[in-house]
Amino acid sequence: MLHQMSGSIAVAKAVALCRPEVVPCYPITPQTHIVEHLSLLVKSGELKNCTYENVESEFAAMSVCIGSSATGARSYTATASQGLLYMMEAVYNASGLGLPIVMTLGNRAIGAPINIWNDHSDAMSVRDAGWIQLFVENNQQAIDVHIQAFKLAEALSLPVMVNMDGFILTHAITRVDLPDQQQVDQFLPSYVPRQLLETAAPLTIGAMVGPDAFTEVRYLAHARQKQALSMIEQQAEQFEEIFSRDSGGLVKSYDAEGSDIVFIAMGSVVGTLQALVAELREQGQSIGILSLRSFRPFPVEAIRSALLGTRRIIVFEKSFAVGMGGILASEIHMATQGLSLKINSVIGGLGGRTITMKSLRKLVELANTDELDQEVFMDLDFETVNREIKRQESGQSSGSTAENVLRDMGVLSASKTH
Amino acid sequence: MFQIRIHGRGGQGVVSASELLSVAAFEEGKFSQSFPSFGSERMGAPVQAFARISDEAITIREPVMEPDMLIIQDPTLFNAIDVFEGVKTDGYLLINSSKTPEQLGIEDMTSQFPENHVITIPATELALKYIKQAKPNTVLLGAFAAMSNMVKMPALESAINAKFPSRIAQPNIIATKAGYNLVMQMLSKAQEA
Repeated sequence: MLHQMSGSIAVAKAVALCRPEVVPCYPITPQTHIVEHLSLLVKSGELKNCTYENVESEFAAMSVCIGSSATGARSYTATASQGLLYMMEAVYNASGLGLPIVMTLGNRAIGAPINIWNDHSDAMSVRDAGWIQLFVENNQQAIDVHIQAFKLAEALSLPVMVNMDGFILTHAITRVDLPDQQQVDQFLPSYVPRQLLETAAPLTIGAMVGPDAFTEVRYLAHARQKQALSMIEQQAEQFEEIFSRDSGGLVKSYDAEGSDIVFIAMGSVVGTLQALVAELREQGQSIGILSLRSFRPFPVEAIRSALLGTRRIIVFEKSFAVGMGGILASEIHMATQGLSLKINSVIGGLGGRTITMKSLRKLVELANTDELDQEVFMDLDFETVNREIKRQESGQSSGSTAENVLRDMGVLSASKTH
Repeated sequence: MFQIRIHGRGGQGVVSASELLSVAAFEEGKFSQSFPSFGSERMGAPVQAFARISDEAITIREPVMEPDMLIIQDPTLFNAIDVFEGVKTDGYLLINSSKTPEQLGIEDMTSQFPENHVITIPATELALKYIKQAKPNTVLLGAFAAMSNMVKMPALESAINAKFPSRIAQPNIIATKAGYNLVMQMLSKAQEA
């Protein structure tokens, strides 16, 4: 049924349709509305047979998920940013133990400097944690991918993280089609755990593994992620059969095949890119978008086959590895080895900076005349940056960078930090 | 696609106004989108919210840079920020003020708009009268409907009913109608003249 609602409420309702049995939560913006709404659904009785636990921290939230999932309960939580960092040890344990927990990450920057706005730094901080990481472009996909996430997690016995852009999606009010319970039940069978802790048949999970077997156990985790590649595609097809919507898969191409220039991106920026590409194609430009929907596992083959015939790719990402550069760009470089492609790495939208059509259009204009740098920090204010570098090089005790930059920009007035 | 930007201050219902607009447009079968300018919202701080209404699906996520309709819920913002940035001068301008654009000192800007595309109404006074609170948002939504015809009153009413419990919705619906009627009167008077 069609509704006009915020991304957060839509996700809460979609999760409730998946009949989670344990939902331990600790609020952190921008995911707070998701867990608040779930608590309402439990309290009102709309979500039955579900234990909602308002725990003391994110570390506890993931730890409770680990415990409940191991005893056979479908378990869900949500977090963002520093909250994810605070649960980090348990995040690795959840995947290492092979527990099919589903977690929403309302993507947000990581401090310091403290910043509550959207980017993908949090998602990238767990890129090697062994979770399946899916990204959504809009709130319809957020609903649909959460439903697929539970099925995928349980089929593989691996945790799945659904990444949705904080604020840009969580707080946006848009039209969504919320499936009915019958459809979801048809798609998502009840949870049959691969391993189960129960008092009737006592056992342990999480044994210490020494040098003799560690490589094998870790390789099996890698193999399981590779297995997910075909499963994600199959589930997207099954989903489409029942819900009549194409809403999943490893990658989504918007006119990427055979286009001269292809943007590669993840998340809500794909929506703005769609508007830009529509405009440019109308003017006769050969350009498309490859939206990466699965970041872990990384769909190397799907990417390579979508880029046959492409001359240049512009990898746009909302995070970067300090001291190295674009994370997605690095992985795309590795995935496209042997293809004759020019690759530009663009880093933008950091800490909630607005991604404008104007700035994106400029990238294409520069690419058209082969003037686009290999690495671009979109809309970076070089003058401010250079002044701070000069201050630091002056040999004086120049003080805190964040405060200096804010003062330089006139955001922070007068007072000195030292 | 019709794009709306609403300026106000924290506590004036700016974000709610954009949400109500998008829900009203949805009720009429249109595609719509609304979202706030994300910040650490606090009482009194400048706040913006955005809405888009279209007959087709909306994918763009950038804030509204070139609004077809600018709603200013707090005229003291003229001194704080450039509320007019990017506004299309063939669009509409709706300002919460009992003063005229000349009295507000913004006639340089407003004179660029077509006739009857700039309207000032005392929305806070009307809000105080009908909802007993200084929240001018719903009065301005009614005024918006009258000016732009982008949403109809029954859809606005239904959006307000869906968002608020009856004791809050009812006075707000009356306030919305007051805003609508006032602008309709102004427009018909202008036509007679």
